[in-house]
Amino acid sequence: MRRRDLLLHLVPALTVRAAYAKFPAQPQPMTRPIASSGEQIPVIGLGSWITFNVGNDRPAREHCAEVMRHFFDAGGRLIDSSPMYGSSQGVIGDGLRKLAAQQHVFSADKVWTSSGGAAQIEASRRLWQVPRFDLLQVHNLLAWQEHLPLLQAMKDAGQLRYVGITTSEGRRHGEMAQIMRGHRIDFVQLSYNLLDRQAEELLLPLARERGIAVLVNRPFRQGALLRQLERHPLPAWAGEIDCVNWAQFALKFIVSHPAVTCAIPATSSIAHVRENMGAARGRVPDQAFRQRMAEHVRRL
Amino acid sequence: VSEWWTYRLSDFLMFSPRTYWRLIELYNRDIWPAQLFAFAAGAGALWLAAARRTATDRWLAVLLASAWLWVAWAFHWQRYATINWAASYLAAAFVVQAAMLAGLAVRRPGAYPPVDGAGTQRIGWFLALGSLLLYPLAGLLAGRPWSQAEVFGVTPEPTALLTLGLLLVRRQSGGCLGHLALVVPVLSLLTGAATLWALAG
Repeated sequence: MRRRDLLLHLVPALTVRAAYAKFPAQPQPMTRPIASSGEQIPVIGLGSWITFNVGNDRPAREHCAEVMRHFFDAGGRLIDSSPMYGSSQGVIGDGLRKLAAQQHVFSADKVWTSSGGAAQIEASRRLWQVPRFDLLQVHNLLAWQEHLPLLQAMKDAGQLRYVGITTSEGRRHGEMAQIMRGHRIDFVQLSYNLLDRQAEELLLPLARERGIAVLVNRPFRQGALLRQLERHPLPAWAGEIDCVNWAQFALKFIVSHPAVTCAIPATSSIAHVRENMGAARGRVPDQAFRQRMAEHVRRL
Repeated sequence: VSEWWTYRLSDFLMFSPRTYWRLIELYNRDIWPAQLFAFAAGAGALWLAAARRTATDRWLAVLLASAWLWVAWAFHWQRYATINWAASYLAAAFVVQAAMLAGLAVRRPGAYPPVDGAGTQRIGWFLALGSLLLYPLAGLLAGRPWSQAEVFGVTPEPTALLTLGLLLVRRQSGGCLGHLALVVPVLSLLTGAATLWALAG
């Protein structure tokens, strides 16, 4: 390992350790390694689609900062956003500044433009108020042929730590697989949950094989899955994997897949952040138990 | 958008209903009591349209153009764009509509023959009166407070609805430009309806 690479890995680890002293409220959550570096990140992150897009509404922005505070208090680190998400980036940036958490957060953002990626990335960085992004992803594969070389060059120059690509709701898996096979990327982001399991066929095995970390979006189908599940009682056997609510049940199913690195449920509720982070603690289902979980939900 | 057939309307909605109605509420709070003047301007527009004279048609077009410009700037550009990146395009469309209405104000009268259309007139009056008197009440019926009411000249949908109604009422005096000026209000209403549908879903 080159000295610069060593520093790139050590510095975040040290700063994280220092920041953890600031957010020490609960035991640390379960983590997974990013395959390309070995760096550990908590298995539950925080999405910002819709939930953090509150415009200039000051009380709502302050509430989002409180959501972030509880997320960090519970041991969370990775927050994901995009230039597509309206005011979310600025809301996250204000929250990070208020909590002095710029060094603690694992900042995951996206580039989402057909051209002019560098300018958009710089605008996003200013909104986040961070010195650099940890992870930048090509949003929905938009102009990936142009953006991937740019992100790779930023990574090589030390302006970025990880490079990724995203898709959602089972779209363009073939093209995504092609990129995963032919390009150096650290992360993929895709949709995967108890009902939408298409990623198990191609992308998740491929990610394991290629040593690519996986972020999972839409773990609750934008809330629809939970609304559906909450009409039914949580099975008593969910206690065997330390789940006390459906959100934890759904998240534990996702993060127990061996290829998954982190699920990123979006919420603007402090109670839901606590629930979600609970999925990063306790026992983890094995393959047979996961099958039982999926089968149970399919029958409901 | 690739695989466009797999997208639902809700996939394009990037804010919550709570955020949207809160935005309207804060906007109403910021500009109060401009809503009262806007309502009076809407009533004035109906009076001008009822007068059926070339001179009043000019003032009607100026009044409507002013309303579209205001909504473009104060609502779409200043506020809605903070939660919806597409609002900047809506603002541009509203400015184009204001320009077309201004064009109606300065065009030479009598260039086009009158068009008979009693049915169209009735529909036009119904839309115009409904937008001014009923639309602000629609939110109340849906369980939202007065502070989130939408009024002509303040928010897009009642502005587009009243304009559409009065353009139908005075269709014979507008000529080609009058017909062209129907396009943006119709598109704006379709966009607004799609947004409300997605918010309700």
